[in-house]
Amino acid sequence: MFRWLTGAIIFIGIIALIIIRPLPFLFYPDLPYVGFLGRTLYIIILACFLCLYRIWKGPTGADRIVAIDILGIMIIGLCSILTISTGRSWYIDIGIAWALQSFISTLALSKYLEGRNFDE
Amino acid sequence: MSNIIGLIFITVGLAFDVFGCIGLVRLPDVYNRLQAATKCVTLGTCSILFGTFLIVGFTAAGMKALLCIIFLILTSPVAAHAIARGAHRAGVKLWDGSVVDKYAEDKEGEA
Repeated sequence: MFRWLTGAIIFIGIIALIIIRPLPFLFYPDLPYVGFLGRTLYIIILACFLCLYRIWKGPTGADRIVAIDILGIMIIGLCSILTISTGRSWYIDIGIAWALQSFISTLALSKYLEGRNFDE
Repeated sequence: MSNIIGLIFITVGLAFDVFGCIGLVRLPDVYNRLQAATKCVTLGTCSILFGTFLIVGFTAAGMKALLCIIFLILTSPVAAHAIARGAHRAGVKLWDGSVVDKYAEDKEGEA
């Protein structure tokens, strides 16, 4: 009955987020294209909430592990957009560190899912 | 000019990210979700990072963005393969409408 509801919420949310005012970026309101980048931040945060929904409601553990992996990859994109929009270059360092940590944790969780020990 | 090309790359990457996440929510099975989400989100994030490199230029942050692209392309298929193999070995059922399961046939052939 409610199969259409998820897609409707997503599309209405994207259209509403494009219409509303962008995030003001507390430090540098004078940079070029800062309104466009604020709206991209809204959209990527919406996608992160979709991943959180799958983590909350995944029927099996494998669903949750997939969603955690995807969330980690998407946070790298968030850090990259923050690098442009605030002009501070250390956000991309957070992205690289998050990529390393996310890869290691995904491998460890999949080994745990497989049911073997970690030192095999 | 390179700013505008970078913004186009960022927009395309965002579209790939959002469609990958819609696939993660909407598809019926672990393997289908993995198939939809991992490829879309990896390509989308690599596109966002390349747009960052085009906007920032040949600075330290741009070089780190290129390094992050290489690292993502190397490691993301490995992680997806590990998740799929672990889920299949843990006994997660396939969707009812699935047509073929080659990995189970291979395991039966070995045993």
